[in-house]
Amino acid sequence: MIGVGKMKQYTNVLDRPLSKGKQEVSLSAFAFLFSELVQYNQTQVDNIAELERRLEDAGYAVGARVLELLCHREKGNRRETRLLGILSFVHSTVWKVLFGKVADSLEKGTEHEDEYMISEKELLVNRFISIPKDMGTFNCGAFVAGIVRGVLDNAGFPAVVTAHFVPVEGQQRPRTTILIKFAEEVLRREARLG
Amino acid sequence: MPPVAPRSGDAIFASVERVNAELFTLTYGAIVRQLLTDLEEVEEVNKQLDQMGYNIGIRLIDEFLAKSNVSRCVDFKETAEVIAKVGFKMFLGVTATVTNWDAEGTTCSLVLEDNPLVDFVELPDTCQGLYYCNVLSGVIRGALEMVSSYLNGRLGLSVDNLVSMKTEVTWIRDMLRGDDAFEMQVKLVKQVPEEYPYKDDE
Repeated sequence: MIGVGKMKQYTNVLDRPLSKGKQEVSLSAFAFLFSELVQYNQTQVDNIAELERRLEDAGYAVGARVLELLCHREKGNRRETRLLGILSFVHSTVWKVLFGKVADSLEKGTEHEDEYMISEKELLVNRFISIPKDMGTFNCGAFVAGIVRGVLDNAGFPAVVTAHFVPVEGQQRPRTTILIKFAEEVLRREARLG
Repeated sequence: MPPVAPRSGDAIFASVERVNAELFTLTYGAIVRQLLTDLEEVEEVNKQLDQMGYNIGIRLIDEFLAKSNVSRCVDFKETAEVIAKVGFKMFLGVTATVTNWDAEGTTCSLVLEDNPLVDFVELPDTCQGLYYCNVLSGVIRGALEMVSSYLNGRLGLSVDNLVSMKTEVTWIRDMLRGDDAFEMQVKLVKQVPEEYPYKDDE
């Protein structure tokens, strides 16, 4: 019969049911892909700062989408409007979905009121990465910093987010700390909300 | 020797470390978006995605052989089945079906109904020429180029037996373009004798 036989009709992405987010791929598939992302970006830059900026940009695009997806799926179309709420959303909900676990720690900076830190002993993206000596303080966690910035910025909490290696006593590999420095307006709003 | 029936990759996939497919999907999306911004021409993006896949393929094959215990494929037919059933499952958690063989047994199709690369994806009008999943065809091309040389080498055969499978992989169907499945045509172009890297008198 003419016109019969197409088994699956293509439907618009918005008309399809949202996945539950339980599907998995192998960690190596992700690691191979991430390595290509880093290597490609290395060919596009002259220095480490630029490379980190590009990885952060890539991560930002992921973060923006993760926020939208998770607010819809996990939070019943609501999003956090308070500083501590959004931070714990990143530290718990986002981390759990993306990396399979809650982040190791979330701390407030001791020296500056506007700084918060999310630390991870072994950040997933850094699992198979060792940084050559000549690349100094470069940290592929810039990608994750970008994800965090993407989530925060799109939720109305603009911030500067950077990734740093922090040596841990008795450990061979340093942990990665994602440093979040909120924009002034965010703190002013928080103060007003009391 | 009768061909060993290709097994499934379920057990291997269950035993390897895994990550949420959404992280993978969104990261791939970020790569494609970056390439579109940098390279502007969709054709160039297709090429770069294929190159990235090729780079992955030539590295991924080692892990595949180490974890799958596939020792040797007797012919291209079995190779294709192993890629579809074991390879795809092991890395992406989905299986492909092999179909549309030509009479010579050198061309076939790998059909994917589930494809973790394309969740949330919709191609805008400006990207109609984009082969969004081109990284996959690159992976297969790269992996096959390494596979037989590695296998034969491991079996300790003489240098004459070393061959490398050169393939051409093209997209026949693409759900992002409105088709009902993803279909890659894999064509075995030639089996090239591997060149021994040193001359005898060196």
